[in-house]
Amino acid sequence: MKVRTEKKEQLLDFYRQMMLIRRFEEKAAQLYTQAYIGGYCHLNVGEEATVVGALSALGPDDYVVSNYREHGHALTLGSDPGAVMAELLGKETGVSRGRGGSMHLFDPEHRLYGGYGIVGGQIPLAVGMAMAVQYRGQDRVVMCLFGEGATNIGAFHESLNMAKVYRLPVLFLCVNNQYAMGSTPNEASAVPEMVTKALAYDMPAEQVDGMDLLEVRDATLRNVEQIRETGEPRFLEAITYRFRGHSMADAGRYRTQEELRRWQERDPINTFVRYLEDEGVLTQELREQIDASVEEEVERATQFAMDSPAPDVADLYKYVYAEDGQQ
Amino acid sequence: MATKTYREALNEALREEMHRDPDVFIIGEEVGKFEGSYRVTQGLLKEFGPMRVKDAPISETAIIGSGVGAAMLGLRPVVEIMTINFILVGIDQVVSNAAKISYMFGGRAKVPLVIRTPGGGGHQLGAQHSQSLEHWFAHIPGMKVVAPTTPMEAKGMLKASIRDDNPVLFLENLALYNLRGDVPDGEYEVPLGRADIKREGEDISIIAHSRSVQLALQAAEKLEQDGVSAEVVDVRSLRPLDRETIVGSVRKTNRAVTVEEGWMSYGIGAEIAATLVDEAFDYLDAPIKRVAGREVPMPYSKVLERAAIPSADDVVAAAREALA
Ligand SMILES: Cc1ncc(C[n+]2csc(CCOP(=O)(O)OP(=O)(O)O)c2C)c(N)n1
Repeated sequence: MKVRTEKKEQLLDFYRQMMLIRRFEEKAAQLYTQAYIGGYCHLNVGEEATVVGALSALGPDDYVVSNYREHGHALTLGSDPGAVMAELLGKETGVSRGRGGSMHLFDPEHRLYGGYGIVGGQIPLAVGMAMAVQYRGQDRVVMCLFGEGATNIGAFHESLNMAKVYRLPVLFLCVNNQYAMGSTPNEASAVPEMVTKALAYDMPAEQVDGMDLLEVRDATLRNVEQIRETGEPRFLEAITYRFRGHSMADAGRYRTQEELRRWQERDPINTFVRYLEDEGVLTQELREQIDASVEEEVERATQFAMDSPAPDVADLYKYVYAEDGQQ
Repeated sequence: MATKTYREALNEALREEMHRDPDVFIIGEEVGKFEGSYRVTQGLLKEFGPMRVKDAPISETAIIGSGVGAAMLGLRPVVEIMTINFILVGIDQVVSNAAKISYMFGGRAKVPLVIRTPGGGGHQLGAQHSQSLEHWFAHIPGMKVVAPTTPMEAKGMLKASIRDDNPVLFLENLALYNLRGDVPDGEYEVPLGRADIKREGEDISIIAHSRSVQLALQAAEKLEQDGVSAEVVDVRSLRPLDRETIVGSVRKTNRAVTVEEGWMSYGIGAEIAATLVDEAFDYLDAPIKRVAGREVPMPYSKVLERAAIPSADDVVAAAREALA
């Protein structure tokens, strides 16, 4: 890793954010098993370096759209963990007022324009948001996150083409965690590397080690800067791995324990800790402090979610149509 | 006779049809190595190999469309769409191609295609994963749409669908997969296009399809405690619709309640009510009541979801109104 321009505090904060995602997701898994969370629940465990590295590189006015695996995205963008957990529990205080659930977090104050459940369905939205940015002559970038499995759907190809034709400021971020549900790119994709698909649309595209926070961050910073300068779309593929099943309902029989262990040896949090220790940024004492405060934050978020009221059944029809003055 | 789950019955139908006819093959996401998102295709990859159990990329348009193309050349594809919600991505291939090819080409081509997919809500899967859209397909001439509710029917109707020369949307339901019931040993088919009286009664007809049939049966039990004898008609086939059985039941009972999980407007209850007005008007002693899902995108929150989905009590209440 190179010499960093980030201040020590910022590096520590990245560690903190990765730990927050890890602990938040572990809590979510537990609450799912206890049936406080229902439906589908997809976790970011293993992807923390990709998530924090990429999203921390955005500016305060940029936009993000994502898929259903987006708890960590919301947390990194600054959503209140309590409001995210409350959404997972279907509470009125959740970021989508309990209507959306785990797959459909929405928090525009923190730049998140939604998690979407139909594979690839969010990609055209990113193009439209970038159109609005271009239309208004703004200096903003839209980051669109999706998995490698989503590159096989038509909406992906239509969107990349259109973004290039209209020269729109989108960063397409493919989170390649090696598996769709049980299928690998080798089985489901004509090309093993997703960057190849972007190159077909004459879009600058690069791969980055998604298990290395600073690598992801550097690549994202560089690409976002280029997009701001040129106004043109770019493509980044982060090579990462999900340590848990596709969703909480998946037993993961399609992969070997050996493969999982190999990737876990590259646990993004441990890698970053080693780096911080080598740099003399993180001491054992500091680490314990941060870990304790993260635990406490997740506990607080959980308590807030548990204590929050469920939506009122009388409000069942509220929000089907936009009301006057609705934000 | 043996007791089997709905899932096992489907699995058996697939296996037997694949043994019977080498032109039958399966294509869908995660149907092979993963053995099916809901395990309906369990064991089939091992038994029949990857040419006949094809794991597909996440590409619903191409999955359905390639099924249509293969069917035009005489293969009998069984397409699995993980849930009915994802069919929307490939709906053009169903509506513009599968359903039209026989007619548009003057009967010179046919599309013997089955699209298996579970529909419905009730599992807190939220707005994009809980829809009931089967009547969209029942609207389309050229399509057949069926929804078995018992393991016996699941097996017999899947076989009939695979052997049918037309595109069939075969509707399943998450809540039915573990349902157990008697399945005959040996070869049989349950013909498409026929409704089934699931419970005989005298005072009122409750007409439902798919999982709503269970609500209808539960409601009938409750009504019986009040001395009301309810007949439950399982529509089973949305297209073609067995109007004769439905009308026959209401001519006998003189009252009707329809039940569906999907939204009421322009729905299946509307089609059935119109049929009854046309063909049993003089027999009706009360307005036809419709029970349906509340007209909202499905909320995630458990309390809201429960309020949005029809319950057996809703059916009982509607029946009481019709009986009042
Ligand atoms: C159009 C569509 N087809 C199928 C599904 C079911 N499904 C949900 S997630 C998923 C796998 C997606 O894999 P990938 O894009 O790599 O993202 P990951 O979940 O690995 O992050 C599938 C098949 C869906 N939600 N939408």
